[in-house]
Amino acid sequence: MKMLTVAFLALLVSFNALGQYKTGEKARDFKLKNIDGKKVSLSQYKEAKGFIVIFTCNHCPWSQAYEQRIIELDKKYKALGYPVIAINPNDPLVQPEDSFDEMKKRAKKFGYTFPYLVDEGQDVTRDYGATRTPHVYILNKEEAGLMVRYIGALDDNTEYPDRVSQRYAEDALQDLIEGTYVRNGNTKAVGCTIKWKKS
Amino acid sequence: MRALLLLLLLLATGLQAQNIPVIQPAELYAVLAKQDDTLRVVNFWATWCGPCVQELPHFEKLQRNHHNKPLKVILVSLDFPSQLEKRVKPFVQKRKLTSTVLLFDGGDPNIWIDQVEPRWSGSIPATLFLYKGKRLFYEGQLSETDLYKYVQQIKTQAP
Repeated sequence: MKMLTVAFLALLVSFNALGQYKTGEKARDFKLKNIDGKKVSLSQYKEAKGFIVIFTCNHCPWSQAYEQRIIELDKKYKALGYPVIAINPNDPLVQPEDSFDEMKKRAKKFGYTFPYLVDEGQDVTRDYGATRTPHVYILNKEEAGLMVRYIGALDDNTEYPDRVSQRYAEDALQDLIEGTYVRNGNTKAVGCTIKWKKS
Repeated sequence: MRALLLLLLLLATGLQAQNIPVIQPAELYAVLAKQDDTLRVVNFWATWCGPCVQELPHFEKLQRNHHNKPLKVILVSLDFPSQLEKRVKPFVQKRKLTSTVLLFDGGDPNIWIDQVEPRWSGSIPATLFLYKGKRLFYEGQLSETDLYKYVQQIKTQAP
């Protein structure tokens, strides 16, 4: 019995590891509900060269601190082929401020220029291996498919946008746009934990 | 004279109000590198972080239960440094926290997170257990049982 438990645990752990994207791996497409009620999937974006997928939410002060910068990022890089796709991963039963209605309100209030999707089943979040909000994944369309080329932070200063000196996510996008490999594909940032469903 | 005034001011504002130092990475690394007989439980949290606030009483209780024993709970707040007066101090006062509270002004997290703990993805709460050069790390909300389990584990773990 104990052996079985161990085997089961090992299986769980390996499943977990499988699901968490690393840079250089292929990303799977998803289909999630946007705040307008319509489903959005990455394959709809025929013209896009890639995507800036950001796990973010309403309530988290770190997400809020980056909100304006995410809008700017979308405006700048959508034109260059890399639109922002924001995903709220949180269970509203755990964090009521992150409910679908609150998402709609927030997007309207702050003028989101990008889709703001809800990951109701939390499968996409699990698949990507996002652990916090905000958590950035930059995907690039390549011959082999949609490749994960950057995972991590937006930049190096959450509180003061005017004191930013390292624009990690933008550097990665620039590398992709210039057709070179991404020099710094992994960075870390502080963020709010994903509010998983209570089983 | 100025020191005396300060002292008077401190006395007037009440002794229970704990001072909350704002520390830089080098100071935090120095705390984490200590290798004496004290077991240190270093918890990274923030005032507005729900799961952090939920687990805080367990840390407080742990510290109270180890009064005069070589166990030190250090609560490292990752609130924005500008929130010291507005949020962190009032929070600590209201909750009457007795564990040591520090406010961390760390700069670029991409640099300091790995210095603190390479296994840490950056989400909070996160807790380090340090004892005689040994180290355990947990990312996520701790139950009281798990907190005590980790404390026991690091005490008994071979170096």
